[in-house]
Amino acid sequence: MNLRRDVFQAIADPTRRAILLLVASQSMTAGAIAANFDTARPTVSKHLQILTECELLTQEQSGREISYHTNAKKMKAIADFIEPFRNMWDDRFNKLETIMKKYKRK
Amino acid sequence: MERKTKIHAEDGKPDLLITREFDLPLDLLFKAHAEPELVEQWMGTKVLKLETKKHGGWQFETSDPKGNVVFRANGVIHEFVPNRKIIRTFEMENTPFDVQLEFLEFEQLTDDTSKLTMQIVYKSVALRDEMLKLPFAYGLNMAHNRLQDFVQKLK
Repeated sequence: MNLRRDVFQAIADPTRRAILLLVASQSMTAGAIAANFDTARPTVSKHLQILTECELLTQEQSGREISYHTNAKKMKAIADFIEPFRNMWDDRFNKLETIMKKYKRK
Repeated sequence: MERKTKIHAEDGKPDLLITREFDLPLDLLFKAHAEPELVEQWMGTKVLKLETKKHGGWQFETSDPKGNVVFRANGVIHEFVPNRKIIRTFEMENTPFDVQLEFLEFEQLTDDTSKLTMQIVYKSVALRDEMLKLPFAYGLNMAHNRLQDFVQKLK
């Protein structure tokens, strides 16, 4: 677990977020992705590597080139990251409500 | 059960809003925040100190079943107005996280229902996001540990 890159660290970078948005609609080759940025190609490659390592992107061999597409499951995990925090408070408050209802009857 | 608690965390702002409506009269909702033995029950923590007055201090401590302290937090109460509001600071001990400021507002909705609005202000947006992620990261680790236990048993 510790060896794997943190997805939140991955999406903290604006270029990486832009890459995710770009690839979200269709799978693209590294070259096609890089063409959308002013950044040097090796820099884009590095970003792609990070996004792949944390499983936000999945690689697929298409002919001589590798194309990238987003990993829907992992993307959903990011969208839902606030859920556990909310559940934590919801559980606490549900408990509060139960305890105080009993308290009232005493 | 329906999730009644709402979290509002605006992008790029160092605070968040937690709101919840309770099926409880206002005074009982407030009491649950003011009486140490009640706080202990719903927060699942030991209350070492809870001085419910302006400039009062508080300290909570949670231990694991073996008795090791796993969590300790403390703060100062800035305002304490029964059935209306509590303003306090919150700081986790032995962690790199900076102190946060909490505004709790209590409202009566009907005779039997009430609402709590909790605004938490953090030192930075980064810290807020970090705190939001804590239960998420913890959940991931838990899932991972469970998977590991499961795999161990298969061996």
